Amino acid sequence: MFDLSSQDWTAVALSLRVAAISTLVALPFGIAIAVLLARGSFWGKSLLDAIVHMPLVLPPVVTGYLLLISFGRKAPLGAFLADHFGIVFSFRWTGAALACGIMAFPLMVRAIRLSVEAIDRRLEDAAATLGANSVWTFITVTLPLALPGIIAGMMLAFARALGEFGATITFVSNIPGETQTISAAIYTLLQVPGGDADALKLVVISLVICFAALLASEWLARRATARLHGA
Amino acid sequence: MLAVQVEKTLGETFSLKAAFTSASRATALFGASGAGKTSVINMIAGLLKPDRGRIELDGEVLFDEAERIDLPAFRRRIGYVFQEGRLFPHLSVRRNLDFGRWMSGQKEDGKSFSHIVEMLDIGHLLDRRPGKLSGGERQRVAVGRALLMRPRLLLLDEPLASLDVARKRDILPYLERLRDGAQVPMIYVSHNPAEVKRIASRVVCLDAGKVVAAGGPELLDAAHIDVLA
Repeated sequence: MFDLSSQDWTAVALSLRVAAISTLVALPFGIAIAVLLARGSFWGKSLLDAIVHMPLVLPPVVTGYLLLISFGRKAPLGAFLADHFGIVFSFRWTGAALACGIMAFPLMVRAIRLSVEAIDRRLEDAAATLGANSVWTFITVTLPLALPGIIAGMMLAFARALGEFGATITFVSNIPGETQTISAAIYTLLQVPGGDADALKLVVISLVICFAALLASEWLARRATARLHGA
Repeated sequence: MLAVQVEKTLGETFSLKAAFTSASRATALFGASGAGKTSVINMIAGLLKPDRGRIELDGEVLFDEAERIDLPAFRRRIGYVFQEGRLFPHLSVRRNLDFGRWMSGQKEDGKSFSHIVEMLDIGHLLDRRPGKLSGGERQRVAVGRALLMRPRLLLLDEPLASLDVARKRDILPYLERLRDGAQVPMIYVSHNPAEVKRIASRVVCLDAGKVVAAGGPELLDAAHIDVLA
């Protein structure tokens, strides 16, 4: 049953690349926003919290449309990025990664924020008395202690990115080899009479990928937690 | 020589107003729980900011409200042994001990490392993680960690309070060795007169945020002190 067409393999490879890159690129921002929300007290904090959570509650098509009118080639932000940095999102796989990253962002931030909030801040005081300034304290104490949450957040973001459909197809369409991810390929196959057999193969593949990712993150998170508790 | 003169309002009602100096090897801050002892040494360490006052150590001003001086904790070079140890759970005992040296960018000094490890008898624990240590072992590592950053002053906040009686008896000799051997003056916070008498050569008594008496350890024999402790 695994005689997949090359177009299907392309969709699988593209999905993995889009999910991995969107997760990695979102990670530093996710950590920064999570720490800001967990620790900071500033004007507009609940507004920022709400904005970060928007993709979770908005219909994905709406998020995709908002991306289109802000990052499209003719949109101000999209034109600026294309002219000054050569970064083009519209109808490219980079656009799919952007859409996936934004859709997955709230899940990532939530997981990291929870683990940052659970850190015993007295350990950071101890680091300060030992001569660590706030940057070193963050790198040597806060980040390692938040690691289980960071792993969980990355995993959730990766899985969410693999499953992204609505915002991606709205923003960058469904171009085989460029923006056609597993979800979009399944959707396309189901539009064709007799395509459901091929669709089933892709369904099985996405099941396997998601299951493997879940197991891997469970294992990593358990190891990280065990390290923290002195194994 | 440490000179402290601080004022701070904590919460709604508790106001702390304490002034004392310490030039001896081991000065005890003595008083019942809630007297403000930990707040005072947190201010010395730079973890708590006084509302008013001045803190001076060996001629350097650490804090002065009038002159707007407030040296951050990480620049004060004051070792702190916390009541609960506060070892870093994700680092081995060795990396915990090495943390202060590493952060202050000092060169590795194998001699003083092995000297302190030997004095505290923690050589066999170096590759373990804090989660696998007993309470007494944890406190000895915490003392070692604070000493190895080469502090100008060592603060010990009830280092024995979380231990049972037998453990306390085990650790006290290490603390005496520390007082006699290491060239670092210490401030020892405790509510236990017996402990204070063994460790300290000078006692500052705190009650409800105020210094009520200061003098030699014989102070603790006076009748009114028993009421405090």
